[in-house]
Amino acid sequence: MNQLKSKTQIGWLLKMAWRDWRSSRKKLYLFIASIVLGISAVVAIQSFGSNLKVKIKADSKSLMGADFIIDSRQVPTEKVLKIVDSLGYKAREINFASMAFFPKNEGSKLIKVSGYEGLFPIYGEVKTRPITAAESYKTDKGALVDATTMLQFDLQLGDSIKVGEVTLPIVGALKSVPGKSAISASIMPPVFIPFELIGQTGLIQKGSRVEYQFYFKTDELTNLKRLEKELLPILDLESADLDTHVSAGKQLGDGYNNFGKFLNLVAFTALLLGCLGIASATNIYIKEKNKAIAVLKCIGVTRKQTFLIYLFQIIFIGFIGSLFGTILGVGLQQLFPVLLGDFLPVNVSFAVIPSVVLLGLTIGIIMSVVFSLYPLISTWFVTPNQVLRAQETAGKKKKILGFIVGPIVALTVFLFSYLLLGELLYSLIFLGGIVVVFTLIRLIAGIFIKLIKSLFPKKWSFPARQGLSNLFRPGNQTITLILCIGVGVFLINTLYLAKDALISSTSFQKNVETPNILLLDVQKEDIKAISKTIQSFNQPVLDQIPVIAMKVHSINGVRATTLKEDSTNGIKNWVLDGQFRASYRDSLVKSESLLDGDWIGRVDDVEVIPISIDIGFKKAAKLEIGDRIEFNIQGVLMETEIKSIRKIEWSQMKMNFSVIFPEGALNNAPQTNVLTTQAPTDEIAAKMQQKLVMAHPSVTVIDLRSVMGLVENILSKIAWVINFLALFSILTGFIVLIGAVRTSKFQRLKENAMLRTIGATSKQIFKMTAVEYIILGILGSIPGTTLSFIGAQLLATYSFKTDLIVSWIPLFLVPGLVVVFVTFIGLANNRKIMKTSPKEILRNGSV
Amino acid sequence: MSPILNIKNLSKSFKTGDQVLKILEDINFSLNEQETFAIVGPSGSGKTTLLGLCAGLDDTSGGTIELCGVDLGSLNEDERAILRNQKVGFIFQDFQLLPSLTALENVIVPLELQGDKNASAVGKELLEKVGLGARLNHYPSQLSGGEQQRVAMARAFSNRPTILFADEPTGNLDEESGKNVVKLLLDLNKEAGTTLIIVTHDLELAKQTQRMIVIKGGKIFKEETNA
Repeated sequence: MNQLKSKTQIGWLLKMAWRDWRSSRKKLYLFIASIVLGISAVVAIQSFGSNLKVKIKADSKSLMGADFIIDSRQVPTEKVLKIVDSLGYKAREINFASMAFFPKNEGSKLIKVSGYEGLFPIYGEVKTRPITAAESYKTDKGALVDATTMLQFDLQLGDSIKVGEVTLPIVGALKSVPGKSAISASIMPPVFIPFELIGQTGLIQKGSRVEYQFYFKTDELTNLKRLEKELLPILDLESADLDTHVSAGKQLGDGYNNFGKFLNLVAFTALLLGCLGIASATNIYIKEKNKAIAVLKCIGVTRKQTFLIYLFQIIFIGFIGSLFGTILGVGLQQLFPVLLGDFLPVNVSFAVIPSVVLLGLTIGIIMSVVFSLYPLISTWFVTPNQVLRAQETAGKKKKILGFIVGPIVALTVFLFSYLLLGELLYSLIFLGGIVVVFTLIRLIAGIFIKLIKSLFPKKWSFPARQGLSNLFRPGNQTITLILCIGVGVFLINTLYLAKDALISSTSFQKNVETPNILLLDVQKEDIKAISKTIQSFNQPVLDQIPVIAMKVHSINGVRATTLKEDSTNGIKNWVLDGQFRASYRDSLVKSESLLDGDWIGRVDDVEVIPISIDIGFKKAAKLEIGDRIEFNIQGVLMETEIKSIRKIEWSQMKMNFSVIFPEGALNNAPQTNVLTTQAPTDEIAAKMQQKLVMAHPSVTVIDLRSVMGLVENILSKIAWVINFLALFSILTGFIVLIGAVRTSKFQRLKENAMLRTIGATSKQIFKMTAVEYIILGILGSIPGTTLSFIGAQLLATYSFKTDLIVSWIPLFLVPGLVVVFVTFIGLANNRKIMKTSPKEILRNGSV
Repeated sequence: MSPILNIKNLSKSFKTGDQVLKILEDINFSLNEQETFAIVGPSGSGKTTLLGLCAGLDDTSGGTIELCGVDLGSLNEDERAILRNQKVGFIFQDFQLLPSLTALENVIVPLELQGDKNASAVGKELLEKVGLGARLNHYPSQLSGGEQQRVAMARAFSNRPTILFADEPTGNLDEESGKNVVKLLLDLNKEAGTTLIIVTHDLELAKQTQRMIVIKGGKIFKEETNA
């Protein structure tokens, strides 16, 4: 039996694959188009992300302006000063938020005032207009003001700016500062004033939110990680912090990563939708090749060889699609810096990243093969006897095939989503979501078809009945089309609804009681005078809230620095790192509710202070009732015990605090106050701000309306990016739809020609087609829309903590347009059939 | 001389639901080298099924088939495919050319499968022989029925088969094309010295072979030797 071994070379199989593809390639153009957009979206986002990370890594020093920084949000202690002196800082900065007043037009704005002494920045540069102003402002005793703010307030060089008690000439416009993005500058625009004038502003008072930063330069040999490890525990005790350019760069990269992951998912979903098109196209393609496969087997080609001939074709087609997609994606990445530019601290330049190109090609080829696996393996079961008579492949074998291929597809989707997301749980959730959506739409489609069969309207006209019964005739594409339409509608609607819910979760209620002006850093002794100013505008002081700055020193006796080193305890870094603000009061406020424990509103001279924390803080710090936290309040350690857990409705835009102390515990601690009021019109708000800034320069006034405007602006930019990527899914959906409808054309071709031969008019065939595709559109849109509302409701409830906004666009417009589009493609497809003579179709089998 | 094809107690049945449909029953015959043989019978009598079984295109339900000294029952599907490539040629009623391949490519596929480096030259020679030297690069859709069948014949003889199976070779052709094809088939067969089995309705054609069997209701009804 040794003689019965194939001598065929791989080269011949490739030649056969090419010969077969050569004459059928037209049928596979849509296959290629299906994956082009998905791949291009993945490649564009990956390329942009990689370029951004490379740029951040390369520019981390100039982003920070130094090799490392030591900073403190209180006046540095002697120990801190000793450390910074011994390390030899190159520059130091004092910065704080304050209101600036522009006498030229009596405008005022919240700004970030910085004073630098020494060589700043050590790396990178401060860009100003004129260029020389970056240095000369120090000697000229002038101020550098953010260029956009100058435009907003129509300020020219030579105009004045008043910061606290100091009025300075504007000697330069600040165009860019190392490490600052356009967004961060628009929230709090930077203003530089000479270091020695900082004190003269009179804004540095007890409890003011002032930051002291020391900038250092090291040689290449200095181990920054070791330095951080050794110094951080000491500095932490002194309420100071150390950041290296490496860790800062990493943080920036991580910040993009989260958003990037979401964008990756949206892109990957477009690719998955394309894969549905691949599966459908290959299925029909291989079915049409069954006879040729049988002939090949008849003349001596083995099962493996037949499988390889078609596998090579799929790999080739996948490669072509991926190549186009990758080229398009590499080009498209240039759009992302334009779309996301305001959020970025660096200018991302265009570069082709080989690993991303490889990823694009690999994903495209693997997804093409995996989604073609079912029809590919089915070639194995084509018997040579089919040359003599047509016979169906055994149903049992097909079922077994389904059980093999299904898990392979799921595993591939999971692996690629893991590759793009980098998180096991999210990848599983994503896979689960995809499986649930596909399964539900498939089930609903099946139920609809059964219902149509059992409730078949026998009294309908012949064309309508014919169109309806086309949905369940042999060789129909109904399930593929419904899946394609359903998933497409689901994606478009979910993205739309999620965007609406996201925006609504951040917009605040504009009722009378909601404050829209916040006054921060109000000293106890100024409360009366400021209240009077507010009342002079006939507005009430709505709240007076004490604010105390503190840091977590230890949890249940374990020092924060020790907890930070242990990455397994699950405590979020921000709990242990940051200085946050707490308050005290005797009762709960409207925006919060008690979840667990007992609310203690007042204490007198106790050793361990009972506190209340909110559920978010509880989860982030892994705390339970009865746990103890030691807080460092400006050097004084204070032992507390958690007595209650609260739930805060953050979306209500009230002054809320994660940690609340009882009345009596912190009354004598160093504190500032927040006052809130309501300005009914923009004019009153502007006048009130102006008067407050003039009379109380140390007070920071925040106009919530302008903040919200900024937030909405940011969200609309994010929504734009999401919509842009959703467009890839929508276009892919349309391509897949056109592909699926075109493939179904080949099934209907002879049937319609036969109908025309026996006397059916073009009008009747038009009606049949219209009925078939209208129903297909409706059958796909209903489950797609329903699932999108369920999905968006889940997102709104559990992720955005808001109500779902039901609007007519996702409910009626999207499904309506999809039905019209599907019908249009179906009819356009049939037009060609109707124009060709039945004889030609029956003779050639195609148009 | 051992027979090229030896069929013993061959049966074939299909299961449709609870019913067992007997297509062929107790078929016995054998063929020697260079013999020409016809299987005739009415539609549905099982002659095409018998041809498929003899060529190893399908599995038997009972009995044995020895083709070129090899028991087909002992081979798996791929081994049977390789045996066909080395020893068997086929001609079908509906030509069964690969639509995506040109006439020449269709002819040389069996040779290429054997790794024959001279495949193209042999293919051209065969197509010249069947009168299609000028149509080498035409696709099947660009050829008439008679021309397609001639390409199929060239393909059938390309691997120098020991045995050739022809299923209604003139079934899809007009009378004149049919006659030409039959003449060409018999001439080529004579020249190559191949054993030939033809399945046909056409008694005229059957009588041009050396021997024939008539199948009725899945059984051999009559066996005749032609003059």
